[in-house]
Amino acid sequence: MIAAKERTKAAAGAADPMRPELYRVQRSRRESSDTFTLELTPPRGYKPTPFQPGQFNMLYMPGVGECAISISGDPADDGVLLHTTRVVGTVTRALNGCKAGSRVGIRGPYGAPWPVAEAEGNDVVFVAGGIGLAPLRPAIFHVLAHRRQYGRIVLLYGARTPEDILFKPMLRKWSSRLDMDVYVTVDRAEAGWRGNVGVVTNLIKRAPFDRLNTTAFICGPEIMMHYTVLEILGRGVNEKGIYVSLERNMKCATGFCGHCQMGPFFVCKDGPVFRYDKVKRWMEIREL
Amino acid sequence: MTIHDLEPILREHPFFNGMSDEHVRILVGCAKNIRCNEGDFFCRFGKKADEFYIIRNGKVNIEIDIPQQGSMTIQTLEDGDIVGWSWLFPPYKWNFDARALQLTRAISLDADCLRNKCELDHDLGYELMKRFSAMMMERLQATRLQLLDFYAGPAGAKG
Amino acid sequence: MTRIKDIATAYLPAEGLQALIDTLRQHHDRVLGPRVREQAIRYETISSVADLPRGVKDEHEGGRYRLHQGEEATFFGFVVGPDSLKSIVYPPRLTLWSMKRSGHEGTIEDQDEPVGSTAILGVRPCELAALAVQDKVFLGHGFEDPHYRQRRERLFLVAVECLQPGAHCFCDSMGTGPGVNGGASWDLALTELVGDGRHGFLVRAGSDAGREMMAKLPLEQAGDGLEKARETALAAAAKSMGRTLDTDGLKKTLYDHVDHPHWEKVADRCLACANCTMVCPTCFCSNTMEETALDGSSAARTRVWDSCFNLDFTYIHGGHVRRSVKSRYRQWMTHKLASWQDQFGVIGCVGCGRCITWCPVGIDITREAAVLQGKPTKTSGRTTS
Repeated sequence: MIAAKERTKAAAGAADPMRPELYRVQRSRRESSDTFTLELTPPRGYKPTPFQPGQFNMLYMPGVGECAISISGDPADDGVLLHTTRVVGTVTRALNGCKAGSRVGIRGPYGAPWPVAEAEGNDVVFVAGGIGLAPLRPAIFHVLAHRRQYGRIVLLYGARTPEDILFKPMLRKWSSRLDMDVYVTVDRAEAGWRGNVGVVTNLIKRAPFDRLNTTAFICGPEIMMHYTVLEILGRGVNEKGIYVSLERNMKCATGFCGHCQMGPFFVCKDGPVFRYDKVKRWMEIREL
Repeated sequence: MTIHDLEPILREHPFFNGMSDEHVRILVGCAKNIRCNEGDFFCRFGKKADEFYIIRNGKVNIEIDIPQQGSMTIQTLEDGDIVGWSWLFPPYKWNFDARALQLTRAISLDADCLRNKCELDHDLGYELMKRFSAMMMERLQATRLQLLDFYAGPAGAKG
Repeated sequence: MTRIKDIATAYLPAEGLQALIDTLRQHHDRVLGPRVREQAIRYETISSVADLPRGVKDEHEGGRYRLHQGEEATFFGFVVGPDSLKSIVYPPRLTLWSMKRSGHEGTIEDQDEPVGSTAILGVRPCELAALAVQDKVFLGHGFEDPHYRQRRERLFLVAVECLQPGAHCFCDSMGTGPGVNGGASWDLALTELVGDGRHGFLVRAGSDAGREMMAKLPLEQAGDGLEKARETALAAAAKSMGRTLDTDGLKKTLYDHVDHPHWEKVADRCLACANCTMVCPTCFCSNTMEETALDGSSAARTRVWDSCFNLDFTYIHGGHVRRSVKSRYRQWMTHKLASWQDQFGVIGCVGCGRCITWCPVGIDITREAAVLQGKPTKTSGRTTS
């Protein structure tokens, strides 16, 4: 037997990062007319990798396909996995149709998280636009659970209409806390809405934070993040204290499929959370 | 509250930041303290624009009443914001309603008084115009962003 | 003929090539080598020297590839066809796993069968370089692709150095050829030498497996003259490259020229057909498709090659990031020559020239790079813009 044959101990049995685990849908909860939260439990005997705030999973609907969705639950709660998403296509539509007991394939968690540990000692400003509140929520849970490690905690949240506001009971709870400032605004409202109207960037100039010791976590449509960053920079926050979460087409989430590239980055593994100064140059290039 | 009490308030307000003491004193001469209860209007669409307002504390909605639909809010203004620029340009009529969302205290500045003072002192006029132009640009930009409707996402999504 | 044991360099007369193929066949589950099929030189199963495209020459032009039967006796007188090792280690279509359903329950089964060991004869140095690049992508980049690994680990590579580069070759510029030079580790390297009335191969071993293989071949002692002949031939080959690409400062040039008007010019010609990405030995992008049984009882996930030239490649709910062809060509070339360096520490191009040959309109990566670099470019044939 020569060496070539000896080398034939194939790694065929090695774990395939593309292979999901089948989770059970415990509950599906409507958040607004087109958004919903899935509560998922892992299969018996499977120990999920704990996630960090800002990470995402690949969700697979048998017979339909797979898509990347951020995790919206509490990182300290390892019992149930929460995914909040909007119905935007075939996979999310199918996920929206899931009833308790359905199976959903999960692989992950993937991606670079919000650097909550690095933000310790600082004021933390969360700026969320639309569904962008979902990926920020685990980080909010984290800083509130470690409240003494942080300075002021501010949440600025912009939604399209009052009807589109996510996590309303939770927002009410956070608003009532004395150690957190919550400002919500909507782009348009009809009579009867007693809250703020105007874009989320309007909230930044008045938000209470110390510009020299602030970490800003921003998540929303890319164009909204662009203007939000400008406002925060305008308040005098250093660009190294600003983080954004980007969204790109992802087929594998492991850096193989190439779809999510943005300049030198694979958004799936170098991101989705990026420090602004590192990704600024690439965000400014059209159709990159 | 007397005029003497208003002077430090205007002087410290970011909108008048950098204005000379003399100019601030002229403004104070046109200013008075007002309050609006919840639901009251600071100004109404079509009426004469004879004032503008500096919100000291409270919340004010810029609204428009749409027939058959009721009032639509364009923007919510808060502490420190300025309400109204229709007084600057003929025909000096309000284009929108401004309504207090809660008890709101403000300083009102008389438009006739200010326009006269500005004609007599163009330096004052320029200082005011600089500040109003910057604010109008900021509001226009915010309105443009609102027009983008960026949370709606493009139609026909399939992913 | 004598059998020479534990020798690193030796001479294999052309008549001994069959013995090499036979030995490879004895020790490996399949033996692949260059073979003419569908008017192109492809990697196919071979069992005899008669399968090799002896005397065949390949003609390369922008958007044109033709084979001619020449008079020469050489077995490896051509350069590269559309195939590369990529399709062997990273199949164009591979079912990863499938799921059977019954009610709410489901079971997932891996579908990628263990593959046998594969010996490949006629691997060009640029192919070895490309394999090293792919190793970084699939094995050295955080996650590991087990499908790639199991194929990659079972290769026995017999390289053949290039003494007659083609019109689109620029491996000399990329430091990947024409002789074996760096790149993925190989087992045997052959240099086909004709002269002084002799035709045969200088054989070197690059691995223990290669040395063991050499021990089984009808080898002769290689004199200094042969080694000299090899060096002379390689030096001449390096000088006769059809193309050059200046890699000095290339990353910065591309990063700094995202808005260069030349992208529009290339886009005017580019058909976004994705041919360049399919023939490129390092392009690795893929899509994963859902395949469902009609009755819904089972579904399978199949990975297929994809291309950054496809519009849907960058689709995210409701819109495409790269809508214009300009942005897609820019992405491909900038990735290949610039951002690849940031991602994997190496340039993504090995200088094989396939993308030039197989581009229907003859877009030429070396020429487009030269324009961005502000270098004077020759206007010739179809590769103008």
